[in-house]
Amino acid sequence: MATGNGTTLAKLVVVTLGMFGFGFALVPFYYKICEVSGINAGAEQSLAKNTQVDTSRWVTLEFDANTNEALPWRFKPEVRSLRVHPGQLVQVEYEVTNTSGEPIVGQAVPSYGPARAAEFFRKIECFCFTPQTLAAGETRRMPVLFVLDPGMDREVHTVTLSYTFFDTAQKGRATALRRGGEHG
Amino acid sequence: MSDAAHAHDDHGHHAHPTGIMRWLTTTNHKDIGTLYLWFALIMLFAAGSMALLIRAELFQPGLQVTNPDFFNQLTTMHGLIMIFGVIMPAFSGFANWQVPLMLGAPDMAFPRMNNWAFWVLPVAGLLLMSSFLLPGGAVAGGWTMYPPLFIQGGISYDLTILAVHIMGLSSIMGSINIITTILNMRAPGLTLMKMPLFCWTWLITAYLLIATMPVLAGAVTMLLTDRNFGTHFFNAAGGGDPVMFQHIFWFFAHPEVYILILPAFGIVSQVIPTFARKPLFGYASMVYATASIAILSFIVWAHHMFTVGMPVAAQLFFMFSTMLIAVPTGVKVFNWVATMWKGSLSFETPMLFAIAFVCLFTIGGFSGLVLAIAPVDIQLHDTYYVVAHFHYVLVSGALFSIFAGIYYWMPKWTGHMYDETLGKWHFWLSVIGMNIVFFPMHFLGLAGMPRRIPDYALQFTEFNQIATVGAFIFGFSQLIFLVVVLKAIKGGAKAGDRVWEGAEGLEWTVPSPAPYHTFETAPVVK
Repeated sequence: MATGNGTTLAKLVVVTLGMFGFGFALVPFYYKICEVSGINAGAEQSLAKNTQVDTSRWVTLEFDANTNEALPWRFKPEVRSLRVHPGQLVQVEYEVTNTSGEPIVGQAVPSYGPARAAEFFRKIECFCFTPQTLAAGETRRMPVLFVLDPGMDREVHTVTLSYTFFDTAQKGRATALRRGGEHG
Repeated sequence: MSDAAHAHDDHGHHAHPTGIMRWLTTTNHKDIGTLYLWFALIMLFAAGSMALLIRAELFQPGLQVTNPDFFNQLTTMHGLIMIFGVIMPAFSGFANWQVPLMLGAPDMAFPRMNNWAFWVLPVAGLLLMSSFLLPGGAVAGGWTMYPPLFIQGGISYDLTILAVHIMGLSSIMGSINIITTILNMRAPGLTLMKMPLFCWTWLITAYLLIATMPVLAGAVTMLLTDRNFGTHFFNAAGGGDPVMFQHIFWFFAHPEVYILILPAFGIVSQVIPTFARKPLFGYASMVYATASIAILSFIVWAHHMFTVGMPVAAQLFFMFSTMLIAVPTGVKVFNWVATMWKGSLSFETPMLFAIAFVCLFTIGGFSGLVLAIAPVDIQLHDTYYVVAHFHYVLVSGALFSIFAGIYYWMPKWTGHMYDETLGKWHFWLSVIGMNIVFFPMHFLGLAGMPRRIPDYALQFTEFNQIATVGAFIFGFSQLIFLVVVLKAIKGGAKAGDRVWEGAEGLEWTVPSPAPYHTFETAPVVK
């Protein structure tokens, strides 16, 4: 009886540990599934395949800029909206200012509306590709160079590009601020 | 319990610690079952009080009783404690008391581990409850712990993650014990397909627990490292994906839904045949239906997240796989009704709770089917319709089955019949109160009232007032239950070995109250 129980215990512990590992394995597993099946289109960017300009239609682009509340930066687009032809090479500029008294590294994360336009929004150059370091009080103008793929659905007439800047060191700083606040 | 201890001394075993040390060091399955049940009852009153505060706030639009942050803490803690502190420990209590008695085993397979599995629970409960006192208050991000909110909170969020780890560990230890006991320690002749259905449902539940609790542990570990050690599993700023957490979480939490209801199916499948004085209809199909529900529970998780922006193909897959679960569940409901069909029914309190379970759980099942339809769910997601749905399956489902089980086995545990009149009062007030609270929530949800918000638009006032009145009826009638339990422990009519006329099974062959040690020589089942 005792050895039988011991064997069962050992098997069940192996299952438990295996499932704990499986929980972590789910992370790359989900990414792989999305990549293979193309479910999560828009999460990845590919280069423009077809740069032929489709002059038969106009698309209105709207530019939106936000900063995460923990990041003391001012961030705005140079133009709020623009009418373009799909396939046309477009460059817009954003202006960002570090209003704090210390250098901060930030990273912009893009999102698109409507979501189905995301996969047709092909960026060639973007400040969001790399983290940006701004010295105390520094102001910088940053370009985005992109092509709207002509393959985009004809029903989409307006595309919104929204960026949110996050502080890449935010975890440490935000926690420190909060802890300081709590105890101070 | 003093009777049991006395009976034990009569057998002349080695001396036992007394007082608090008796309970701290006990490895007896009956003691541990009792501890689990008391823990669950105390937590029921704690989390129930939070629910009453929530309902008091929602009695009128505007803010009267709480501020929004405290309201969020209440909804979060109410959910976490009701799931991990009430329903799961209560079912573990039943398993500890009943599984060895039903199988003719002298105790659980690993009594020392059993002691640990219980005693880490109060530690986790304390961590959760004490987080109300910390700067920033308790967790307020919802019991589902979604990032980014959960990554941004204060110290109590770390405490909650630790508590979830501990509760998961407790469940895993308990499950390993139950599986080993059921697989290895059945009385000679008691084959798997002759086991009482309660043992079958717990065996399958225990497998679900050891398959999914580690995944939850992994998910909250990732939250912990995202919060404190600079990883970016779910942090968008570092290339992580907050939706990833929902996928991992619901991979655990949908099977968890069945962990919360399969033992309830088991209890009801013991109670209904007893009071119908007929064997359970379709025993084998019940076993297969339980197993099918458990297996299907692993492929339906994303129906909780239809609104995150899934492709149509995925929505269709999760919608149809979810609807498929209605088939084995329907088999079960059919079998319970068929067991009662032409039975010689009597309506003692356990049977009343079991019948209410069948009717009201089915309502919860049907609203679940409505929510399974992806286009409808997009409208109803995070509304009070969802709140109504899961309270019908968890209150009139899981909790009512727990009441049914306690009334059913309490005479065996205490040796005394409970007060039938008070039991009936408890039942009727509970069933009426429960429906007054949760039925109007369907209408509120259909009309678009969002959940987890302390304030609401004026047109929702009347239904919310009805729900609040029902909540106080339901909440305070649970004090009757406490009185019934205390009365039955202190005294009452003596219960015979076979407490109920129609009761079948090994647990009814031992005296009432069940002696401290039972089945030291295994009975033979023909």
